[in-house]
Amino acid sequence: MRRASAALLTAPLLLFLLVTFVAPIAAFLWRGVTDTEVAPVLPRTAAALSAWDGRALPDEAAFAALVEDLRAARARDRQAGGGSIARAAARLNADKPGFRGLLPMTARRVEAPFDGAARAVLITISEEWGEVETWGAIARAAGPLSSFHALTALDLRQDAAGAIRAAPEDQSVFRAVLLRSLWISLLVTAACLLLAWPIAWLIATTRGAAGILLLAAVMLPFWISLVVRTAAWMVLLQREGVVNAALAATGIVDAPLPLMMNRFAVVLAMVHILLPFMVLPLVAAFRALDPRLPRAAASLGAPPWRVFLRVTLPLCLPGIGAGCLLVFIQALGFYVTPALLGGPNDQMLAWFVGFYATRSVNWGLAAALSILLLVAVGLCVALYGRLAGFRRLGAA
Amino acid sequence: MARAACWVAGVLVAVFLLAPIFAIVPLSFSAGSFLFYPLPGLSLRWYRDFFGSDFWLPAVWNSLGIGLASAALATLLGTPAAFGLWRMKGRFRAVAMGIVLAPMVVPVIVVAVALLLAFGPIGLVATHAGMVIAHAALGAPFVVVTVLASLEAFDPVQLRAASACGAGPLRAFFRVCLPQIAPGVAAGAVFAFATSLDEVVVALFIAGPAQRTLPRQMFAGLNDTISLTTTAAAAMLVLLSVVLLAVVGWLQGRKKAGGG
Repeated sequence: MRRASAALLTAPLLLFLLVTFVAPIAAFLWRGVTDTEVAPVLPRTAAALSAWDGRALPDEAAFAALVEDLRAARARDRQAGGGSIARAAARLNADKPGFRGLLPMTARRVEAPFDGAARAVLITISEEWGEVETWGAIARAAGPLSSFHALTALDLRQDAAGAIRAAPEDQSVFRAVLLRSLWISLLVTAACLLLAWPIAWLIATTRGAAGILLLAAVMLPFWISLVVRTAAWMVLLQREGVVNAALAATGIVDAPLPLMMNRFAVVLAMVHILLPFMVLPLVAAFRALDPRLPRAAASLGAPPWRVFLRVTLPLCLPGIGAGCLLVFIQALGFYVTPALLGGPNDQMLAWFVGFYATRSVNWGLAAALSILLLVAVGLCVALYGRLAGFRRLGAA
Repeated sequence: MARAACWVAGVLVAVFLLAPIFAIVPLSFSAGSFLFYPLPGLSLRWYRDFFGSDFWLPAVWNSLGIGLASAALATLLGTPAAFGLWRMKGRFRAVAMGIVLAPMVVPVIVVAVALLLAFGPIGLVATHAGMVIAHAALGAPFVVVTVLASLEAFDPVQLRAASACGAGPLRAFFRVCLPQIAPGVAAGAVFAFATSLDEVVVALFIAGPAQRTLPRQMFAGLNDTISLTTTAAAAMLVLLSVVLLAVVGWLQGRKKAGGG
């Protein structure tokens, strides 16, 4: 009875989150492992290619199926006013550049009936229909399940015969983006740990007003909106900003320094924004530390560095780990700060998710990149769970 | 010696944390129109500009309205859920806790893009309802965590005592438990409100022109040349954050006084 009523109390929120949070995210991520744009437009071609081995050009049946599909799709598009051919072409273009023009053009040219083999006619329309990889692109996009987006997110391509190899140099960006995101997050975490240590130690060990003031110095920025803090850094760092004006007034520099739109500004602002998330767990760890233990070690003759390495550090390690992971997890997902303070080469995974979802309307790739981001975050959360224990997280 | 070095480093870090905020707030009172010191004089012209603007003023009402509605929804759903989770044990609790806390760790860009995709077909994109629902989902975990923490100090024997005195579970919750955890519930509501007030990524993706919130407008203002009206908006958000921080501090003080 008690258990039932407890479940009943939790049900409304769980239901709400399932509908407004879990289901939308699951539906979005599903797009990263499926393909739905091409199969409805080219159903016969997809069926004809399902048994194709991809070593040589497909047989006449596939060519004929494509002609039939394109005629049907063009008639449908004209009637309903929908651009289904254009949508399919956009998806195929992501795999093999050139498709955006090829597919509508071919659809126009095969509309009128013709004599002879479809194969010969299609290859006359465009030599590209005589290439194995053109058909490979259709076969890869036939769905319903597809590894195309996931492979793209890892800078990999699959050819028609099924072999996986590296993507062409000029299209390989995502591994670099992933590494950049991890590197920036790591840098931010390390800087936060370094800066948080002294102030956390002081907060934990100082009694009276000074300790409270230091804690207030951490809590105040913690509460202030992320956009405001990013704005503050922009005002400080921009060309005609506070720092450059001060430097020019004191005569240290002649020309304004480029302090913004670079990696330095992104890392600086991210450290500023995430520092409280490192300080607070460290304060908790330092407060839980029994001060008699380092003192005992010192009285037994250990030099200060040894006391630190052998006593203080191991005792605080869970708190340090928790703080580092908390900062790292949040840094990985940063969007606003790099977008405003960074240049094109400082954008992280989150920016590319947003870019492919809205500006380039490539939901599959946006979803695959999100999966990458979530896997990285999930690994960190699992590590956090082992370090801090989820029971403590819940009670915190 | 080591302690002195620690103090120097600690104070420097405190300065690093506070300096950007203290640098931006006075600029909003400038009589001039550039973003550096010294100020040519003091004036309130940027605040007049802010309150007379079609760009900023609707955003204030949107931020407050969406913030209050989403905090109310998050608190209404989160408080009973926290109570339920507190009484729960075992695997079901772990799973439920995982779902409830997920909005805290999932990168908000993933939430924003997923909601854009899901809300589109059902007509919730560019509506106030859509924004309130999204922000309530993001704020609910803060309510649950805060209420759970205040329940730690609540002795469940009191509930048995209440039921022995003839109170049903609902009555026991409302008359015995809720008054004692009320400061925690209120703090949770403030956290949820602050979450909504700070949130910009979801607003960027699913808000329409009629739902633009203050942070969303600041983001737009920062993408252009930064005007001093933007610093006035920033200063006002800082003030709002200080007020919220003070409210939470006061509530936590009450909790300590009442929870003993």
